Order: sequence, then structure tokens, then C-alpha cells
Amino acid sequence: MLDSFIVISLIKVFVVFAVLMTTLAYLQWVERKVIAHIQVRPGPYRVGPHGLLQPLADVIKLITKEDLVPPYVNKPLYLAAPFLAITMALLSISVIPFGPAIQVAGHRTLMQLTDLNIGVVFVLAVSSMGVYGIALAGWASNNKYALLGGLRSSAQMISYELPMSLAIAAPLLISNTLSLRELVERQSGSILSWNVLHGPFPQVISFIIFLIAAFAETNRVPFDLPEAENELVAGFHTEYSSMKFASFFMAEYANMITVSSMATLLFLGGWVAPWPAQYGSSLVPTLIFAIAGLVALYHGVNFSRKRDKYTLPAFGVIFLIIAAVFLLPMVQSWLLPLFWFCAKTGMILFAFMWVRGTLPRFRYDQLMSFTWKFLFPVAMLNLLVTGFLVAWTTK
Amino acid sequence: MDVILFLVFAIIAVVCAINVVVQNHPISSAISLVGVMGSLAILYLLLGAEFIAAAQVIVYAGAIMVLFVFVIMLLNAGAETRKGRSLMVQAVGVPLAIALLGSLAFFVQRLYPRDMVHFGGFQGGSALAVGRALFTTYLLPFEITSILVLIAIVGAIVLARKELD
Repeated sequence: MLDSFIVISLIKVFVVFAVLMTTLAYLQWVERKVIAHIQVRPGPYRVGPHGLLQPLADVIKLITKEDLVPPYVNKPLYLAAPFLAITMALLSISVIPFGPAIQVAGHRTLMQLTDLNIGVVFVLAVSSMGVYGIALAGWASNNKYALLGGLRSSAQMISYELPMSLAIAAPLLISNTLSLRELVERQSGSILSWNVLHGPFPQVISFIIFLIAAFAETNRVPFDLPEAENELVAGFHTEYSSMKFASFFMAEYANMITVSSMATLLFLGGWVAPWPAQYGSSLVPTLIFAIAGLVALYHGVNFSRKRDKYTLPAFGVIFLIIAAVFLLPMVQSWLLPLFWFCAKTGMILFAFMWVRGTLPRFRYDQLMSFTWKFLFPVAMLNLLVTGFLVAWTTK
Repeated sequence: MDVILFLVFAIIAVVCAINVVVQNHPISSAISLVGVMGSLAILYLLLGAEFIAAAQVIVYAGAIMVLFVFVIMLLNAGAETRKGRSLMVQAVGVPLAIALLGSLAFFVQRLYPRDMVHFGGFQGGSALAVGRALFTTYLLPFEITSILVLIAIVGAIVLARKELD
């Protein structure tokens, strides 16, 4: 029993790690493509069809680059900082559930590395430790731009953690649990039982505050002051090169995935479909992939670039195969929840990129007064109203 | 398994605590203190008080120590220079420290017999139990503490404003 538990856990860790690393690499490709299309240009196009091998090229470039350690840095902390950042970023993935319990070869296992009964608080704790990586990187670099970047980032992350925690507390009052798995189970049913629309007080305000704070926590546009390139060169990672730079980069993207999954789990019902399966929600993935496949086939036949003649039909066939796989009854039990989870998380990740392509950066004093004078009181008020209504409606 | 984990993290906590005092640089001391907080959180976890463990990390390691590091970075405090110690400190310091630790160990041994700690046996560590205890049994101390903290904040603001005028 114990042995099978260890083996299954090891396999799960390996699978989640491999998938996460691939997602991290390709998220960057997706982001470059999305921003490119927002700015009406094709984006990465040279390496592989539609630039699909660009992440691989980037990884090779980053690994083979010279790893430079400036002579004036505080060496132990300078070396520990990127390690700390990436560790904390990857640690919180271990409690995120991707789907319900499934049967694999006679063993029942959860689609999650570990189910903590304080999962929400664990993620908060780990993310609050993540600031050390950035702050120490800035300080240990012994460089004024890096130090300013590190200072800005720690001040910003402490300030935005408050409204974020308050925004998390409100849906927890409705669901009445701290376990991420139970949180999703309480929201099962249809879109109306998701916390964002759930009675007695729909958590729309809370959801928006959480998203805004998430942008600030992950140091993304419009809150990317720690790495504001026109005033701070590259902020806290100015002195880092090669894989150390890549670890900060990966940590940022891993944090993005974590907060998007948290938003999905807390507010959007996790892996629950928007409406029950008997009204046809299980056909949605098939429909989406089939349409994508047909569009790709159409553009493959009426190609505008010579290369598209071969690549787009190939993509079309792959999409149609995926669409057919979603119809198989034996994989539906775990593939459908996974699809809904990835779809919701993907939507939020897309919002991250969309905002990056659209909004300018905040000024530093605006950033601070926005959180302390606006976000924090609103989150507090929202929590009070929610708490009052929950206490009033539950007997 | 529990005993091994306890020993590992207890040793880490003690080593980090000694390191806080020994280190020359404030940042290194602060980071060691974070290590103490982290291993304490794991000791709480071993005892079955998971909510307190998480709160320990969030409040102490994640908020208070970040502020410490922030202030040290802001003041740009350099490494401290070690001054020569007086002869009496060198002669009496180590024996006194050993005597203090020995007497502490003796009294802990006398007050709490050996079989009191059950790893994971404690049931009051969940968020529900902590919340219930705070808002029923310990309501008055809890509220008084919150007012005390408020007074401290107001005091800090008053003291800081004087310098600005």
C-alpha cells in the first residue's frame, strides 16, 4: 500500500513537473505571439512552423550563455536568490488540484500532488516567501538599479498581499473550507454555484481585486515597476545572466500560472463545467477543437504563405484527432475536468498578456496610493458585507 | 519518521538561531532568523497544528522578516566590525551560557515528563479550532491585543510625523 502510494506520487510529481516546465516555456511563446498580434506583427516565425520551436532555441541559448558573476556581489546571497525564487514559485503548484479523483490501473488517485486541508493558506504562505528571492537578488547584486528594483518589489508585494488576502477570505466565507479540493466541490453544479456568482453575495468585486493584486504580486504590467527598463535597466535581475536570469524568468511565469489557477479554484469553480453534462457541456471541447481544426484546414488549402501549405493541414488534423479523443468515454472522466480547468486558467493567463499589450505602467506613488487608499478599503468592505450576509443567511 | 524530522528541523532551528548572533552582517542575521521561523513552522506542523504553522510562515517569515530585510536594505547597513571583548566576557561567557542551558533543560525535564509530546496527536490546530478558541474562550485577550496593536500603530505614526514638521 505504502509502496504503491510512493510510486504513484513519484509518477505524479514527474508528470506535473514535465508538463509545468513545457507550459512555462510555451507560455512565453504564446505571450510573444499574443502581444505581436495585438501590435499587428507576426511575432516569432523563424524557428520551426509559426515559431513553435522558439522556446527550445531560447532554452539552448540560455543554457549555453556565459554565466557571469560580477566581482562586487555578495556571493552566497547572490547565488541563493534565483534558487529561492524558482523554488518558492514551483512549491505552490504542489497543492493545486487539476481535476477530481481518478482511477489509474486500479488505483484511485487525486489529480493533484497533495491535498492539504489548509491549501489556500499554504499557497499564501509560499507566495509571501517568494519576495525574498527578488529582494535578496536586488540587494546582493550590489548595484543601485538592482537595489531599487528589489526595494520596489518588496514594498509592492507586501502592500498588495493585504487586499489579496482579504479578497481570498471572502469566497472562503461562502465555501466554508480551506482545502482547495473541497472548495471546488462546494462550487460544483453550474455557473451559478461558482463563487463569483454564488449567493448570498456574488464575489465579483473580490474576483476583480484578486486579479489586480495578482498582477502586482507577479510584477506584471501595469505593476512591473521592479523591472521598469527605462529607469532601472532591468531592475533586480540586472546583474544576472544565463540560467540564473532564466530562473527569475521561469519564477515569474510559474507565479502567473499559480495565481491564475488560484483565481480559477477560488472564484470560477475549478474543473467544474459551466453547465451540467446532460445539457451538453461535454461536447464543448470537441466542438472547439473541431472548429479550430476545420479553420486550420481551410487556411491550409487557401494558403497565404508557402509554408502554410504543409503546416496548417498538419495542425488541422491534430486538432481534429484531439476533438475525437474528447468523445471517447473512457478518457472523458479525467480529460473533461482537465479541459475546463486549463480553459479557465488559460483565459486568465490570456488576460495577463492582453493587459501587457494594452496598458502603460503605473507611477510609483500611484501604485502605492491605489492599493492603500482604494483596493484595501474596498476589499475590507466587501469582506464585511460578505461576512454579514453569510452569517445572516446560514442558520 | 516524526522523531527524525523533529531532530532535523530542531537542529536547523538551533543552528540558525546561533547564526543570527554570530553573523557580522545584518542581512545574514535576518536570513538566519527566517530560517528559525521556517523550521519552527515545520515543528508546529509535526505537532499537528497546521494552521498555526501556516500563520507562522505568513506573519513572521513572510511579513515581519520581509520588513526587517526591507529596512536593512533601505538603510544600507554594512557589516559590523567586531570589537575586542573584555577579559571577563571571555572567561565567564561560555560557562555561564552552559549553566543557563543546563538549568533550563533540568527544569523542562522536571516540569514536563518525557512522554508528553505526541506527534500529530494534537487536535486543536485546525483553522476551525483556532478560530473558535479565539472568538469564545480567549475573546477578551484577543480584543485587548488588537487594541494594543492599534495603539502601537498610532504611536508609530505620531512619532514619525514629529520628524517631518
